[in-house]
Amino acid sequence: MPEISRDEVAHLATLARIDLSDAELDHLAPQLSVILESVASINGVAGDDVPPTSHAIPLTNVFREDVVVPSLTPEEALSGAPAVEDQRFSVPRILGEEA
Amino acid sequence: MSTVRDTAADLAAALAGGETTSVELTQLHLDRIAEVDERVHAFLHVDGEGALADAAESDARRARGEARGPLDGVPIAVKDVLTTRGLPTTCGSKILEGWVPPYDATVVARLREAGLPILGKTNMDEFAMGSSTEHSAYGPTRNPWDLDRIPGGSGGGSAAAVAAFEAPLAIGTDTGGSIRQPGAVTGTVGVKPTYGGVSRYGLVALANSLDQAGPVTRTVLDAAMLHDVIGGHDPRDSTSIDQAWPSFTEAARAGATGDLTGVKIGVITELAGEGWQPGVMARFDESVQTMVAAGAEVVEVSCPSFAHALAAYYLILPAEASSNLAKFDAMRYGLRVTPEGNPSAEEVMRATRDAGFGDEVKRRIILGTYALSSGYYDAYYGQAQKVRTLISRDFDAAFAQVDVLVSPTAPTTAFRLGEKLDDPMAMYLNDLATIPANLAGVPGISVPNGLADEDGLPVGLQVLAPALADDRVYRVGAAAEALLTRAWGGPLLDQATGLTSSATEGVTR
Repeated sequence: MPEISRDEVAHLATLARIDLSDAELDHLAPQLSVILESVASINGVAGDDVPPTSHAIPLTNVFREDVVVPSLTPEEALSGAPAVEDQRFSVPRILGEEA
Repeated sequence: MSTVRDTAADLAAALAGGETTSVELTQLHLDRIAEVDERVHAFLHVDGEGALADAAESDARRARGEARGPLDGVPIAVKDVLTTRGLPTTCGSKILEGWVPPYDATVVARLREAGLPILGKTNMDEFAMGSSTEHSAYGPTRNPWDLDRIPGGSGGGSAAAVAAFEAPLAIGTDTGGSIRQPGAVTGTVGVKPTYGGVSRYGLVALANSLDQAGPVTRTVLDAAMLHDVIGGHDPRDSTSIDQAWPSFTEAARAGATGDLTGVKIGVITELAGEGWQPGVMARFDESVQTMVAAGAEVVEVSCPSFAHALAAYYLILPAEASSNLAKFDAMRYGLRVTPEGNPSAEEVMRATRDAGFGDEVKRRIILGTYALSSGYYDAYYGQAQKVRTLISRDFDAAFAQVDVLVSPTAPTTAFRLGEKLDDPMAMYLNDLATIPANLAGVPGISVPNGLADEDGLPVGLQVLAPALADDRVYRVGAAAEALLTRAWGGPLLDQATGLTSSATEGVTR
């Protein structure tokens, strides 16, 4: 199992949208290496003939009748939002500053 | 006279017999919380006013002859990972500090419908990631047997609340052992139902293919009575099993005779050996002998793929968690941290997730992101899903030979706070015996089965049954409990001395 480098952790943190500090990166990289080393044993345990299981109990997709049922009011749905404007979630700018 | 030490079944009988009222019982437990929770820290939020109002309604219903079921009026605590309308729900995380959900989880709605006053929300490892409750952003819960030790996790708050007699009943959730392992280390009972047996609607997902809510109690009968309330099909959970379930209360009552004649029990070869505390194994061996003496036929069964369960779990869980926790994006609910200047939504997201998530959550999100990355997916996540198949096959083969499987619930007794905090792998090993059930979706129970000789701390016996056969874990669990309690001359919790005896024990107001 390859070691996971500090740069790789920084890249993964970007993908996961978490701003990790330098101290956190220093701390996390070796810990993740230890964990990955421990789970690496799984490689090659199951052959190509073994199907993967995503859910323990076999499921088929479930549909309900296409009828209107009571749900949250707009006020309820917005009640936990950090910022609200005109019955909508108010969010920071999405595009780059030059846009 | 009712006391906080009474079982939920006893309290239900006292209510039915008119010997007490729900208001009286609820106040009794609120007093107990006020007295001991500063030391135990089982609760993140106590709702005295709401609980007493619910209790008063319950008493009025009962007076009209309209009690909704046996547990109407018996108070309960709920793990803070289930949404409660009007009550804060934090999941032990700063990212949800102060969030008050606009809806009830189905489990919570069923508790309310059945008339159980909700005392409050219990502490947990952040987003249920942990085995010690030390990863709560709001500080750890302490074990009522020894306040310097962990109460297990992630549901340490629920287990400690019932062990400290702050609540007769609690709800937990179990993704890799978070109901059963806290049960074992606090000398209480915990049940993980069959996956799909209890609705996940309103359960903030950690790993949605593994999560399952269930009872946290002091006796097997109490767990069964609670399971009868919360279980059953829910159209709001697409993975909910649509079938009728037998009465688990009846199964527990049948088991309480202690007769195990004709029951075939399998001891799992792989869940023993190196790394298992001698005192844990000694109590386990004794319990097996006790069950043999009660008529059970015991055989050893091998589940070779269990050796890879921990590795599979620590790939599948972070993978699912990293995707489930993507919703905490500072836009619709929870914390929003806005860096200086005119930051973009993405910069706000990154700053918020850094400030709002604790170390363990970050570790697992990064690990899951790695496991799902292209180039690694087949080697890790794909392999883990195949190992999941092998583990299910091991269970199938074992249950072709025996009715139930048994093992110790956890490899060790409660360790000291801080002892494993900086060593994630050592912490993960606590779940060795409980994880296979989650991967295969089968039900399991942990029943207290004595104290380890080394440290005098409680040990748990795990009983596993095939999917849908939850009644068997109640029957065999209740039998083991009856036989052991008889031998001890009383409940194991009578021997807990972490909290000195106090005013609220043994008196009713």
